[in-house]
Amino acid sequence: MATFQPLFWALFTMVVGVFGCVAYFWVSNMLLDRAFPARGAQAGRNILRANAIRPWLFLFPAIAILGVYLIYPVINSAWLSLHGSRGQEFVGLDNWRWMVGDDKFLESMVNNLLWLFVVPALATLFGLIAAAVTDRIRWGNLAKSLIFMPMAISFIGASVIWKFVYDYRGEGQEQIGILNAIVVGLGGEPQAWITIPFWNSFFLMLILVWIQTGFAMVILSAALRGIPEETIEAAVLDGATPLQVFWKIKVPQIWGTIAVVWTTITILVLKVFDIVLAMTNGQWGSQVLANLMFDWMFRGADFGRASAVAMVIMLLVTPIMIWNIRNARAEG
Amino acid sequence: MDGMAGTSSRVTWAVNLSAFILVVLWVLPTVGLLISSFRDRDQISASGWWTALSASEQNIQIRAAAPDEAQPEGSLWVIEGEVAEGGREVTAFGVNSRRPVEFAPGEVADRNGVAVTVTDTGAYRIAYPEKPEGSRGLRLFVTTVEPPRFTLENYETVLFSEGIGRSFLNTFTVTIPATVIPILIAAFAAYALAWMEFPGRALLIAVVVGLLVVPLQMALIPLLKLHNSIGIGKAYFGIWMAHTGFGLPLAIYLLRNYIAGLPKEVIESARVDGATDFDIFRRIVLPLSFPALASFAIFQFLWVWNDLLIATVFLGNNEDQLVMTGRLRELLGSRGGDWEILAASAFVSIAVPILVFFSMQRYLVRGLLAGSVKGG
Repeated sequence: MATFQPLFWALFTMVVGVFGCVAYFWVSNMLLDRAFPARGAQAGRNILRANAIRPWLFLFPAIAILGVYLIYPVINSAWLSLHGSRGQEFVGLDNWRWMVGDDKFLESMVNNLLWLFVVPALATLFGLIAAAVTDRIRWGNLAKSLIFMPMAISFIGASVIWKFVYDYRGEGQEQIGILNAIVVGLGGEPQAWITIPFWNSFFLMLILVWIQTGFAMVILSAALRGIPEETIEAAVLDGATPLQVFWKIKVPQIWGTIAVVWTTITILVLKVFDIVLAMTNGQWGSQVLANLMFDWMFRGADFGRASAVAMVIMLLVTPIMIWNIRNARAEG
Repeated sequence: MDGMAGTSSRVTWAVNLSAFILVVLWVLPTVGLLISSFRDRDQISASGWWTALSASEQNIQIRAAAPDEAQPEGSLWVIEGEVAEGGREVTAFGVNSRRPVEFAPGEVADRNGVAVTVTDTGAYRIAYPEKPEGSRGLRLFVTTVEPPRFTLENYETVLFSEGIGRSFLNTFTVTIPATVIPILIAAFAAYALAWMEFPGRALLIAVVVGLLVVPLQMALIPLLKLHNSIGIGKAYFGIWMAHTGFGLPLAIYLLRNYIAGLPKEVIESARVDGATDFDIFRRIVLPLSFPALASFAIFQFLWVWNDLLIATVFLGNNEDQLVMTGRLRELLGSRGGDWEILAASAFVSIAVPILVFFSMQRYLVRGLLAGSVKGG
């Protein structure tokens, strides 16, 4: 019974939650229709009034939750970043000043910038190549599924998978990690890949590239198929090789989509946390902002500093946010 | 494009080959761990997983039964036994540590008058000319070939004694409500933003688009403080709400885009017939939006199932609340070298999302194409 209690509660709450949501929408609509009946002497005015209120009935739960769970935290984090470790006393810009002089923070900034450049670039490039080749082969759908599959795997699961790839045994022992086995097979010396300062970050980045390539491939493949045939035919008639057609005719026509893929992965990279936590926990010079924030929140128990680090991540995302909003408004 | 036959077949060949290489590279890491999860501890650390499908040669050293146990047989005293538990083929044996592969199976080795033989099925026979004494058996050196061998033991271990089974239930408890609740709330909001006229609509849409990219890190501390102050700091209800909050922007964005694209005539004519917005939503919009609802449901399901950060912050570390990603992380720390445990645990946690992924891929792709503003 003890085992199934949470499951029971989950079912119970699910039913209550779903029923509660439905009931809210149902009852509030009914009340509105009662208050402003669409008949009688004032029918016209009542309909107008009901129509003015109804959107807000529909929107209320969403606005309330967005307000509490996303808007309030942004404001509160900004406020906390100016306060001490428990958020009590005002310390001005102390946390920010500490941050600028902190070695781990600087290391995280440098690593994050590397991640920001390498992961979107490689994932987009591999995604583009994967899209181009899988669109032209008979078993393309199967190939796409297999390359896309890591998307379904959790970062932590992916970390376990790749830790096994990077596994290291002392020299002379049988290598069970495939990377070291290949290196030894080629006559090299086995390496403990994830403990080599600076380069280890790249081995961690590879994990995210592995996960995100499928995403890039799916989006870019749709874009490539949307290119008008005439442009390609014209180029082929002019004697362009398949490679030239791809890089000079097709790719320039999907720059917009490439930008969307790039920015989407960029946002994800800024939040990357699980991989670093699982693989190195920020040791050997591989720290990143999201994990540094987590570190200060739990191990450091300093909400002020943790909030200041979180604000930095927010500031880095802001240009993309503004760009997205402007695009969305331009579309209507 | 198929102008010259020669070039085109070479291109086809190159394209197929590069696709094949890409697929192999992408699948290999997962396959390696998957195969390892079916091997036992000793096999994993003795040889790479890529050798798992071929027979492996092993040199083992055993001690035969004690001479005291020898039985008389004619004029000889004989000890018989097995060098290894069944199924292993012996390719060579020896009685001297410096020459462990001196004899082929079936040959008789003479060791100071004692005749030793090992058959290819692993049975040994030691014949002494006189009644031997002592409790230390003779050392035998045997080379065996082990056929590929796979086991389900690792899965049994992690499911029933490493707590993964329990974590599996916990993960379900988190995931299902955290997937259903945001869909309902978002669907109504999306309909209002798509088809109802009211002041501030454009602004609200812009806010939703902006909130799509707010990093989770921003929300952790303020919400943890909030949850603690109202007493849901480490409770399932808290994490459901948190996932609902973080999932809503994408849900509203995806659903609004889809619902706004529904044919105008259908909705207008229903209005003319006197249907209220609530009826229109319930009877027309909701059924028509099924593909978009499914897309978001898959997103949210995968995201919640795979999440580690929110679960670590908003749930406890105890048996009742530890989800699978948290358990995996713990195992990585405490049993970092026990690959048989790690591999099996990882695949238990990966199995459900992979299943969902392959069965609902169509909707997932559609959702990605519609909402590629957010990165999950």
